[in-house]
Amino acid sequence: MTVISKNSKSSSKWREFLRSRTLFAWLLITPAALFMFLIVGWPLLETIRLSFTNAGLGGEQYIGWDNYEKLLNNRKYPGIVGRTFYWMFLSVLLKMIIGTIGALLLNAKIRGKAAFRVMVMPPWIVPMAIGCIGWLWLYNGHFGILAGVLMRLGIIDGPFEFLAYKSSAFYSAVVTDVWIGTPMISIFILAAMQSVPDDLYEAAYVDGASRWYRFRRITIPQIMPVIVTMSLLSAIWTFNSFEVIWILTEGGPLGATTTMIIDTYKMAIANYKFGYGATRALMVVLSLAVFSLLYLILLNKINERYKTK
Amino acid sequence: MGKYTLFQKAGLYLAVLIFMTFILLPFLEMFMASLRPLEHLFRSPYQFWSNDMSFQAYFDIWDTVPMLGRYIFNSVFLASVTTLLCLSFVIPAAYAYARFHFKGKSVSLGLFLGVNMFAGAVLLIPLYKLLRSMGLLNTYAAMFVPGAAFLVPTGIWLLKSYLEKIPIELEESAWIDGASRIYILRKVVIPLAVPGLIVVGVATFIGAYAQQFLFAITFNQKRELMPLPAGIFEFVGYQSVIWNQLMAASIVGIIPVLLIFLFLQRYLVEGLTKGAIKG
Repeated sequence: MTVISKNSKSSSKWREFLRSRTLFAWLLITPAALFMFLIVGWPLLETIRLSFTNAGLGGEQYIGWDNYEKLLNNRKYPGIVGRTFYWMFLSVLLKMIIGTIGALLLNAKIRGKAAFRVMVMPPWIVPMAIGCIGWLWLYNGHFGILAGVLMRLGIIDGPFEFLAYKSSAFYSAVVTDVWIGTPMISIFILAAMQSVPDDLYEAAYVDGASRWYRFRRITIPQIMPVIVTMSLLSAIWTFNSFEVIWILTEGGPLGATTTMIIDTYKMAIANYKFGYGATRALMVVLSLAVFSLLYLILLNKINERYKTK
Repeated sequence: MGKYTLFQKAGLYLAVLIFMTFILLPFLEMFMASLRPLEHLFRSPYQFWSNDMSFQAYFDIWDTVPMLGRYIFNSVFLASVTTLLCLSFVIPAAYAYARFHFKGKSVSLGLFLGVNMFAGAVLLIPLYKLLRSMGLLNTYAAMFVPGAAFLVPTGIWLLKSYLEKIPIELEESAWIDGASRIYILRKVVIPLAVPGLIVVGVATFIGAYAQQFLFAITFNQKRELMPLPAGIFEFVGYQSVIWNQLMAASIVGIIPVLLIFLFLQRYLVEGLTKGAIKG
């Protein structure tokens, strides 16, 4: 008996030790924190400083709020912001829907599912730039397979350049972005589906619940935390998506695929307007911060409502 | 538990077929284009199959872009170094978040996750200045240092949620038996964490490999240091694009990482499942 009580005593001591080690914990975190400050924190502060200057190739001068004023009076800018949010909502929605369907298919008891689980990965693991090269050829109006098949089927009469027209270029870029983003979401949701305890399904099955009912009442609630987290992460990444658009269209034609991140890159890097570019970069950060905050607040509200019920 | 009917089964396979077509179509198209002679590539109307297809482009790519092999090596090398650097920051931090309660825990974790909001493209100019002042422009480090930084937050989040699943009692009983802290870390924590480390390592490697384009074109001008996603655009000339070779080089270029991945993939889904990622 004495042995046990001694054990539990030192066990609680161990817990105490773990919980109280603020200093040790911070020691472990400091390297990562310093690294983040160097590569993200300081550049952010520098961006804020630059946004109040007219920095360019010829030096820089403090000009107060001029850049911000110029941006607010820019008639084209609201269109770019609107387009960016539309791009994000559409792309993330499609990624989540197709990703969940994909996860369901990969989770089904079918022959060759192990092979399918591997075959779904390439768009995620191949460099984005290279995936986009494949899509460039797919979208070619004369020689690509898409236009070729559509012509054979008689849906279009002649060659159709997907990336040459404003709206088709935009939606083509969305499709490519969805293609790149879907596998990761499928795999994470698949992992969540697999960690749902089997007895939940068995109990429901014994009670005569249909497959659809089991999906709605067991699968969906169990994978919801992953869907919620992945949606936010995916939204942030999609909002900042650069390579897809840059390689497919460079923001064209006529600015039809210019999102905020493309616009920022063009202003700062291609036009050497570092100060004005920094102002635009901050708008990207600000938009995402506001969006994330609203998302989390909404999420909390929904959670609370479920808890009180 | 509820066998599929024949009808359901057919529907399931059809859906898998459509889904897989969407995923693999660009690769099929790349492969088909790589087999066509350049002058026959531009042939209308579209032909799926023709008799003049050959693997010639796969031999020509090495002459057209002599550094291609170097680019492929650079890509794998950069992704590996990025992953190691990233993990060396992620592992201690994730362990601290998974095991300790301390002042400033949720605030600092929130700040880490907030970093996700900053894409490299937003901070390019200050990053350029920073790398220049450290003398790192046009070196491998110009690509793997920022590359690693932007992968740290997701790494911490993934590994933390995995480590939290390892029961604390195991560490306790080792402690009771008189094991030292270092011994516990080495013999208890790390072996149990290996599947989680593999998941985070593979996910980081994929991220590092997939996102080399922007930092490479912005922070590096030395051709011999270029990774594949940037170097491959040498097939795109000012006047014309050597499409069949571009496609062949793309396919050759992604084979190493596909092989690495094929070897590691079974740990990925397994590890993710065991870790049961929760928000």
